[in-house]
Amino acid sequence: MKVEAKLEFQTSTVPKTGADLLIDLLINEGVETLFGYPGGAVLPIYDAIYRARGRIQHVLFRHEQGMIHAAEGYARIKGKPGVVIATSGPGATNLVTGITDAMMDSLPLVVFTGQVARSVIGTDAFQEADVMAITTPITKHNYQVQSIADLPRIVKEAFHIASTGRPGPVLVDIPKDISAGNLTEDPKEAVIDLPGYQPTIKPNPFQIKKLADSLSKAKKPVILAGAGVLHAKASAELTAFAEKHKIPVVTTLLGLGTFPADSPHALGMGGMHGTYAANMALYESDLLINLGARFDDRLTGNLKHFAPHAKVAHIDIDPAEIGKNVPTQIPIVGDAKEALLQLSEETAAMDDLEHQAWLEKLEQYKQEYPLWFKHDPNGMCPQWLIQAIHKVTNGEAIVATDVGQHQMWTAQFYTFNKPHRWITSGGLGTMGFGFPAAIGAQMAAPESTVVAIVGDGGFQMTLQELSVIYERNLPVKIIIVNNGALGMVRQWQELMYGNRISESILHTQPDFVKLAESYSIRGYKIDNQEDLIAKLPEIFAYNGPVLVDCRVLQQEKVFPMIAPGKGLHEMIGVKPV
Amino acid sequence: MKRIITLTVQDRSGVLNRVTGLLQRRQFNIESISVGRTETEGISKMTLVVEVEDEQRLEQVTKQLNKQIDVLKVSDITEKAIVVRELALIKVASSSQLRTEIHGIIDPFRADIIDVSKDSLAVQITGKPEKIDALIELLRPFGIKEIARTGLTAFLRGYQPQVNDFATYSLSK
Repeated sequence: MKVEAKLEFQTSTVPKTGADLLIDLLINEGVETLFGYPGGAVLPIYDAIYRARGRIQHVLFRHEQGMIHAAEGYARIKGKPGVVIATSGPGATNLVTGITDAMMDSLPLVVFTGQVARSVIGTDAFQEADVMAITTPITKHNYQVQSIADLPRIVKEAFHIASTGRPGPVLVDIPKDISAGNLTEDPKEAVIDLPGYQPTIKPNPFQIKKLADSLSKAKKPVILAGAGVLHAKASAELTAFAEKHKIPVVTTLLGLGTFPADSPHALGMGGMHGTYAANMALYESDLLINLGARFDDRLTGNLKHFAPHAKVAHIDIDPAEIGKNVPTQIPIVGDAKEALLQLSEETAAMDDLEHQAWLEKLEQYKQEYPLWFKHDPNGMCPQWLIQAIHKVTNGEAIVATDVGQHQMWTAQFYTFNKPHRWITSGGLGTMGFGFPAAIGAQMAAPESTVVAIVGDGGFQMTLQELSVIYERNLPVKIIIVNNGALGMVRQWQELMYGNRISESILHTQPDFVKLAESYSIRGYKIDNQEDLIAKLPEIFAYNGPVLVDCRVLQQEKVFPMIAPGKGLHEMIGVKPV
Repeated sequence: MKRIITLTVQDRSGVLNRVTGLLQRRQFNIESISVGRTETEGISKMTLVVEVEDEQRLEQVTKQLNKQIDVLKVSDITEKAIVVRELALIKVASSSQLRTEIHGIIDPFRADIIDVSKDSLAVQITGKPEKIDALIELLRPFGIKEIARTGLTAFLRGYQPQVNDFATYSLSK
């Protein structure tokens, strides 16, 4: 496809450089915020940022990993690419975790890395790393700029590729002599020329008909809603469709909020720590409609036992996802919203689908086997803590987590009724993701309440970004679910490694309250339920950053659970243990 | 099963790396790969011979290759009527007395001697891989000093028979 775009350049008194052109191009793309860290190879770009102050905002993070996770959180909430700038070598390699995370969770990022000058590329120059080779497998696409004249096209293409089709990270590597080089003439327009990139948006009507036909015959239909629904902004369409035809909906971890959790047709999250009703619905179903999920192994459990009785329809914008893990009888390539609209039209006349018995059975599962936890008078239950946060925020907060037990408890007990409230590292399972992602989310939605629910382990991986929330006065509420351990690791060691607790206890912790105070942030330490109830309103009413060190019950585990290698019907801990 | 896959790609730096990296990451074994320019400027063509376990893995590899931004077209042409060629250079130990004998062996293969020295000569042969294998076997007794093969390059024949009236090319025998 070809898109022509007019560029308007600001006149400047200094000679225009490649870096000035780059900043103009970013402003032209509508970029308001840069997540960055300076260094030798990007000094010309930082000089251009200095000259462009007032026209574009730059936020200085304290580590490249923090800033790229922030850009991911920003992209998740803003729905447009987060833009990252890092220097060559170590700057670029510190981004690898975040780029991979964005790739796995299909988040749009445009990442600019500095590179040593072209004349020394390949000589192991100071701060040189082969960023193109390093990032080829973890980006949707990447570029190394070879001429200033290519910059307008590359920037245009980078934003286009990152934000269309299945979103993902695009990296642009800029040698220092390109950013420092002078423009000989103003390029006036950029032409996107990507004949090899034409995402299919509109699904094949014949396949939609086939799905509608299967739906009319199904006795046990179920919809599996994934993050593809979020990217397509198709929650309303999904809700309308499922409620009209009374089709039960299971969401994936990343799909939480795509379908209101309080709907009578919501079964909750499926997979390893999903609900019994959701997993049994997937197991017993005779028609499984996968809407924008990628059949991750944490969702499917043992593939041998996954939806063994179901005809599988898979709607995905990425054709390579269809049939990758689960054989699919009705493959539908396209955007989730387009597919739902066509499907709704096709099924408009179907009023009474005959699956009342199925709904009753699932309702019975929901009633008999709800998510559970036991109150302990001697301490604070982490699940209860999550419910308390839900209550004080009316379920309206944007919630970001790391990975581990606290992530699963949040997924289970913070009931998400709306899309774009939930930010978590699903595919890569990145510790240290939650707090910086919350910073990015707060920057994208300054008026929203943003909570970072983090573990004591993960938080210590990126806590240096406390500087940023203080500096910018971002009212992020950090809730540390502190059990003094790498909780999920310990849980697996207890359950699957004969209770051999190997290196998963954090014997020493910083004093998190003093830590917060050293960054000039309010800190609380709370170790019982009464204090929490008393303090939470104050914590959330305060218009500034707060860190809360919540000491929770140490031995609490995440249940129910599907052990590795087991099928969806083999959950353990379904009933209180 | 062995498959011949052709890719039409944009001639941009790193594209070969993308393709081979993708195959390596997904644990596909590349038996041979050849790349060259096409009739269109800026467009190159790759011919891959890969070992794939089953249809499902094959589908996955073609889809993943298609996803690459610089890849314009991916075709599995194994079952089609195609023209397949490989070029090999074979350096054979040889004295002046043996030269005529070797010539007699390579002649039916329409191979050529392209370099002669005191104790060796270089043979150039073009053809299907089996034909090259056969010639190598015949030359082996003389003592092979060096072999360089290009890997397969292939495209569809101008005429694709609608019925099975044309023997398809098979790598799996």
